[in-house]
Formats: sequence, structure tokens, C-alpha cells
Amino acid sequence: MKVDNATQQQAKQQKMTKKTQSTSLDVMKIRQDFPILHQEVHGKPLVYLDNAATTQKPQAVIDTIMRVYSHDNSNVHRGIHTLSERATALYEAARDTVKNHINARESREIIFVRGTTEAINLVATGYGQSEIQAGDEIIISEMEHHSNIVPWQMLCERTGAILRVIPINEHGEIILEEYQKLLNTKTKLVAVVHISNALGTINPVADMITLAHEHNIPVLIDGAQALPHCGVDVQALDCDFYTFSGHKTFAPSGIGVLYGKAELLEKLPPYQGGGEMISSVSFDKTTYNVIPHKFEAGTPNISGAIALATALDYLNNLGIENIAQYEKELLNYATDALLTIPGLRLIGTAKDKASILSFTLDDIHAHDVGTILDFEGIAIRSGHHCAMPIMEHFKVPATSRASLSFYNTKEEINKLVAGLHRAKEVFKR
Amino acid sequence: MSDLRELYQEVIIDHSHSPRNFHKLDHSNHEAEGFNPLCGDKLTLYLKVNDKLIEEASFQGAGCAISTASASLMTEILKGKTIAAAEELFHDFHGYLTGVCDENTIDKLGKLAILAGVKDFPTRVKCATLAWHTLHAALNNSHNTVTTEI
Repeated sequence: MKVDNATQQQAKQQKMTKKTQSTSLDVMKIRQDFPILHQEVHGKPLVYLDNAATTQKPQAVIDTIMRVYSHDNSNVHRGIHTLSERATALYEAARDTVKNHINARESREIIFVRGTTEAINLVATGYGQSEIQAGDEIIISEMEHHSNIVPWQMLCERTGAILRVIPINEHGEIILEEYQKLLNTKTKLVAVVHISNALGTINPVADMITLAHEHNIPVLIDGAQALPHCGVDVQALDCDFYTFSGHKTFAPSGIGVLYGKAELLEKLPPYQGGGEMISSVSFDKTTYNVIPHKFEAGTPNISGAIALATALDYLNNLGIENIAQYEKELLNYATDALLTIPGLRLIGTAKDKASILSFTLDDIHAHDVGTILDFEGIAIRSGHHCAMPIMEHFKVPATSRASLSFYNTKEEINKLVAGLHRAKEVFKR
Repeated sequence: MSDLRELYQEVIIDHSHSPRNFHKLDHSNHEAEGFNPLCGDKLTLYLKVNDKLIEEASFQGAGCAISTASASLMTEILKGKTIAAAEELFHDFHGYLTGVCDENTIDKLGKLAILAGVKDFPTRVKCATLAWHTLHAALNNSHNTVTTEI
């Protein structure tokens, strides 16, 4: 890392940005909180636009991990010594922070898991075991991430249930009329994504939940991309399950959350067996622990959970409304800027969108675009974004995706545009 | 750090825009499909082999510039080569790009040396070798789709 150079670049950028940005967020100050942003890639300042894959971590989160392992590390819910009490208190306080952040009724409705994938698998396995029979139907949408497709396919294979898929329109929006037609007495669960990772579409999940509840069908919302961009209120949504990953919301990887309504979680059988999830064990009979512990077999990711709470505190200090407003401004700027490039096709043009821009450029393959941008220090995602059915829908093998966060700037968008012009130049006929 | 133009040489861009032998081969007696699940690159390779000699080679498919150029160059190079010589070239090419073989191997690569720049981009090595993995499968009459994820 060439710190001096990076700092100079930053100071230069700061001067330029002051004139152009109108927001209550002090983005240049925020960037100081993220040490990783201040480095060069291929001799150019890093422009990190791959936030939908994973977000960078503020110093506060990194410090929390350091602090836990330097001062408070112990197993939780086990020892009666001071460190164990301290670690347990921090771990359970983290659960309270998550509960408050998404406005759950009770902390026991917050299950710590590895991430969204594990959360969905937990529900698919448990709910499948207790509620699903041959001929039952599960509804997902065409824009799901593979993690909200494959667990349900596996459940259908096990039980003989049928997977129904809500189609999307040419803008990448769910067709609500088609969704309504799919809801019927055989439907046992609806599982849809809140914000699409490949298209940026913000789905009308509140309406979709209301419609499902009219048929008494529970709804799981995959919120992996929603937490970093907007406020989530699980009581206002009235969703039955909500899932998200820590690493996509400025916390470490390996920690995530399953929210579930207490009465539903109590009905679900345990996911994994082991320590912590039991009340008593004998060779004749084992009694399971109460929620949330019933679903947290083994030693959990203690530092991860505590650091997740730090990340959520960090977001709340900035103000999720301020973040949403700034990202909207950045999205509009980026959309206009990208559309000035001849041959650029935006994939995903929903009216209600988060700051994710998926696109194709002429007939240049996304991987070539990604490599050329990397030469310019710009990190984007190239590929199918773990959402192959969407690529099929738009008849493209892959897209390039720039996903923006509150620490990105308009100057970085300008660099992206310049990089894309460079790609066109390399591939000109 | 290598330069962008070292990776995307004119010859590579040319082959990616106008791939050679880009068609289905009538009367082929060896055929295989290659797939790179990471980026979706897909190709079908057709060979006409007679008495251990590759008489004709062609391909169809869609992929990035590196994989298309590599497949295009490969079909040009294969014509007139024995199976043993083709397998040896694959071994050297793959070994060079993955750093298993030493730098001098480049002298044995002939026209393929144009793809040497890929060596500095580990994520793109699979793009350059997809066609060659597919060749290996075709020569061994494997009917399954080969992927780069093995």
C-alpha cells in the first residue's frame, strides 16, 4: 500500500468532490473510516464498486474484532468465570442490537447463523420437515439468488413439493398479477428477495406479504442486499422470516441472521444437533433448548456477532435515511453517466431500484470488461451473479455489475465511465 | 505489472472478433463440450482424426475474448498435428500458464506464446485453457461436458 500517494490522491479527490456533492453525509470523512479504500491497484487508486458481493469494513468493526480477541474472548453460555460472562453479555447484547435494528418484537426471534444461505437452508430444512408434503407448492421469483432457489429445489426433491416461479417483466420487476395467480390453497410458503443482487430491483415485499397472508401463507424475505441500503422493519412488513448476511452490511463474513416470528420458530424442528441447542441429554431422551438457542448448535461466531452489532451501530450513526438519500443521488448520477456510453445496455431498469447497475457493453464479454477495469484500479463484478435464471431471462451470458455504497463518490463513477471507454477502445473493430 | 496490451494483443482481439474455423464440422469423429461455470463460457469442439493424426478441427460457442481467441488459435494449430503432439502442447501451455513449467517452456509454445500474458492473471487462466481441456476430453471420447472447475 502506497499510503503517501493514496493520501495525496484522496486530498485531490476531496477538493473536487466538495463542489459536486449535496448530501448530509460527509463522504470524505466516511472514507477515512475504511482503511482498505486507501490503496493502489495496478498503480491506480482503488475504486471499489463490488459492494453487492461484499462490503468493506469500517475501522470500528475491525477494532471490535481486535478487542474481543484481545480482552473478552471466551465461550458463551458455558463458563461461570468472568470472561465467559463478559463474552456472553456482549454476544447477547449484539442480539438485542439486531433486534432493535430490524424492529423485531423479541431478541429470541434473532438466530445467529453463518449468513443468508444458512438462514434459508435452516428454514427450508426445518419447515420442509414439519410442514411440506408431496403436491404442496412453494413460490419464489425469477430474480432470486441461487441461495433462494437451490434450498427450495432440494426441499421439493425430498418431499415431492412443487416450485412455482413468479415471472419478471423487461425492466426486471416482479409481475404482481402473475404472483397473485400463483397463490392458492396448495401454497405453503413464499420466499422472495427484498432487493435483487443482479438487477437492483427493490421488490414490493410489503404488498406481497399482505397478499400471501390473505391466504394464510407465511413469507420469507431474503434481505441480503436490503440491509446495507435501506431501513428494515420486520413488524411493519409483517414477514414471517427475514434473512441477511453480516458481510454485505459492513460486518465480517461468517455471521448472519435469521429472523423468525417466535411462534413459527418454536414450531420448527432444530437444524443441527450439538451443544448449546439442548436442555438435557441422555441416551433415552434429549430435550431441546428454547429459541434462539435451539438453532445455535455448537460454539457460534462470537466475535462476528459482536462486530455485526458494531456495524449496525455504525450504519445508524450515519443514519440509514441519509445513506439511502445519498445512494439514490449516486445511482441517478451513475445511471445517467453510463447511458452516455454508446453500446451500453442496462440490465435491470426497475422504477424502484437500489444502487446496483448491471450492464453489457457492445459484445465485449463481462470478464474482459472486468479485467480492463481492474487495470484502472476499478473493482466490479463480472459474471452471472449467482442468478443464472436472470441471465437466461435477459438472454445474456453474463453482465458487468457496479454496486455502489455510501463511501463511493461521483468521481469514482467518472473513473468507471472512463474505464469503460478504454474497454471500447481496446475492442474497437 | 504487465501492461493491458500484453494481455489483449492485437492478434487476440482479431481472433476474438473473427474466430477461425468457427463452424460445425461435418463428418467429425471426435466431439466434446467445454463449460466454464464461473463466467458461462461455452464451446463445442469438433475433430476429424485419422490414424492418430488430427486432420481437421473447428469449434462453436460463446465466450470472452481470451477463451474465443484461444479456441480459434488452437483449431489452427491442431491441423496436421498428431494426438501425442497436441497433448504435449496442451501440457506445456497449461504448465506455463499455471507456473508449473519454467519460463523456457514459452519457446515450445509457438503461436500460443501470444497468450503468455494470461499468466499474470490467475482468474483468466481458465479462459485460455478451456478449449484445451475440451480437446483433451474430445480425444478421450468423453461424452460429458468438461468444466474448468476440476
